[in-house]
Amino acid sequence: MRDDDKKIEISNLRVTYGEKEALKGISLDVYENEILSIIGPAQSGKTTLLKVINRTIDLVPDAKVQGTAKVDGENVRDVKSVYQLRRKIGMVFPLPVGLPLSIYDNVAFAPRAAGIRNRKDLDAIVEHCLQQAALWDEVKDRLDSLGTRLSGGQQQRLTIARALSHQPEILCLDEFSIAVDPVTTMRIEDVLKELRSQVTIILVTNLVQQARRLADRTAFLLNGELIEIDINEVIFSDSPANQMTYDYVSGTFG
Amino acid sequence: MINRHRLETLSEPVLEWVIRLCGISAIIFVFGIFFFVFREGADFLFRGLDLVEFFTSPEWYPTSVSHKRYGVLALIAGTASVTVLAMVIAVPFGLGAAIFVSEFCGPKLKETFKIIIELLAAIPSVVWGFIGLTIMNEMIIDLFNAPIGLTVLNGGIILALMSVPIIVSIGEDALKAVPDSYREAAEALGASRWQVIYRVLLPAAKNGLLAAVLLGVARAIGETMAVLMATGHAVKIPHSLLDSVRTLTATIAAELGEAPVHSDHYQVLFIIGVLLFSITFAVNLTADLVVKGIRQK
Ligand SMILES: Nc1ncnc2c1ncn2[C@@H]1O[C@H](COP(=O)(O)OP(=O)(O)OP(=O)(O)O)[C@@H](O)[C@H]1O
Ligand SMILES: [Mg+2]
Repeated sequence: MRDDDKKIEISNLRVTYGEKEALKGISLDVYENEILSIIGPAQSGKTTLLKVINRTIDLVPDAKVQGTAKVDGENVRDVKSVYQLRRKIGMVFPLPVGLPLSIYDNVAFAPRAAGIRNRKDLDAIVEHCLQQAALWDEVKDRLDSLGTRLSGGQQQRLTIARALSHQPEILCLDEFSIAVDPVTTMRIEDVLKELRSQVTIILVTNLVQQARRLADRTAFLLNGELIEIDINEVIFSDSPANQMTYDYVSGTFG
Repeated sequence: MINRHRLETLSEPVLEWVIRLCGISAIIFVFGIFFFVFREGADFLFRGLDLVEFFTSPEWYPTSVSHKRYGVLALIAGTASVTVLAMVIAVPFGLGAAIFVSEFCGPKLKETFKIIIELLAAIPSVVWGFIGLTIMNEMIIDLFNAPIGLTVLNGGIILALMSVPIIVSIGEDALKAVPDSYREAAEALGASRWQVIYRVLLPAAKNGLLAAVLLGVARAIGETMAVLMATGHAVKIPHSLLDSVRTLTATIAAELGEAPVHSDHYQVLFIIGVLLFSITFAVNLTADLVVKGIRQK
């Protein structure tokens, strides 16, 4: 891959929460239209990395960020509008966060925030995104009921629809399958495969097999350090560069 | 082990009963208060009081020798005008301050603000009345060239100042109770600070905010001492903010001591008490229904 394909460039990124060092100087690139999965045990700093990219780390009062994270060649800390940056990035959280709004308003939230008012346009966006998230058929008759009344799996697909609603160039998913049954997980995975041609996807996952199934490349984080990043063919082979990677993906870690 | 198990099976129902008793006693107290207030006035209410005159006449002459008249329309107008004015001032200010404290303040400034608000809430109502009687009185006379500064305006501002701390602290609690994940999710969608507030926080906290406003209203309706001192104590239907008025509560406070026990006058004052009780009850009931209505949607 060439340098000008780089969608995100992280270099020497260090994040501390008060005393606690969550990321200890990591560097990695994400290429345009790839699925990069990030694996690693709990507390390894995966979520922190995503928060730096869309700058929701700003909301954590005692967090300190050193090093750089660039999106489209621009340091996220120097962007003109943080809102514009965030609209470029769709974010799906581990536990579905249905905003206390109707299903329709959940999906229409970001487009409205971006200034789209026309009801027809909004209708089209809502339908399209719910289709993409494989939820449309289940909710098309009750778009006005509260999003929080859906089942856990449906809510998670709603948050995916919502994350797609502002047509992001980057889609970050943080352990999206925690609250979702295996069948729905497979449906969402199919959705992600289809999206691959349109967006760059960062998939944080605890499921090693999910990373193997979906990703082009995989990064292994451990205690805030990047152990290894490479194409899946290497990471999931018998001989990745680091023994710890092999132990982790083969399930003999620890 | 067996003993402990037995203790637990015993203590469960006991605890349940204690809690049930507490709940029941609260209801009994409310009914008890209502009953005793009502009993003091019941006699005159059923034999003698002309209810039509009571509600429609602005003439309140309970101690007239020749012709006693018990019309509370002017007193209701007094309470209503002062309360409405207080709310027109206090609700936007209170909610605005609650949003500011909860969403825009740094931790240090927030602490300072909360201390100031608690201090404001702790000022006794006589002191507010005193401020109304002296400082506000003079200010209104100077500013508006009014003959007297003890007016609806004065009472409304004083009551607003008294309600704002309640609205701020309860409103802030309501906003604080909105999970941070909502804010984060909304911000991650590219919403600006204001969009997060009016699209997500306000809808999510609406029940608590409504409760804050209503407790402010209840405080304003029920307040006695401060309005007694600040509104001029003149029984009349106000035509402007610069008219003096008298409220229902102030009337009870000022006259109950002089009214001979069990006289008609004494009993009418208790009927006014029942009226006040009913008004606050109605306010709370509407609030409940409104909240339920919102929830069902
Ligand atoms: N808001 C915060 N304040 C303080 N410390 C935090 C905060 N968020 C995360 N941390 C700490 O930073 C470290 C990395 O956390 P992070 O959430 O990035 O890990 P993770 O890899 O996403 O873990 P998981 O798989 O459990 O989600 C952890 O030790 C965590 O305790
Ligand atoms: Mg995480």
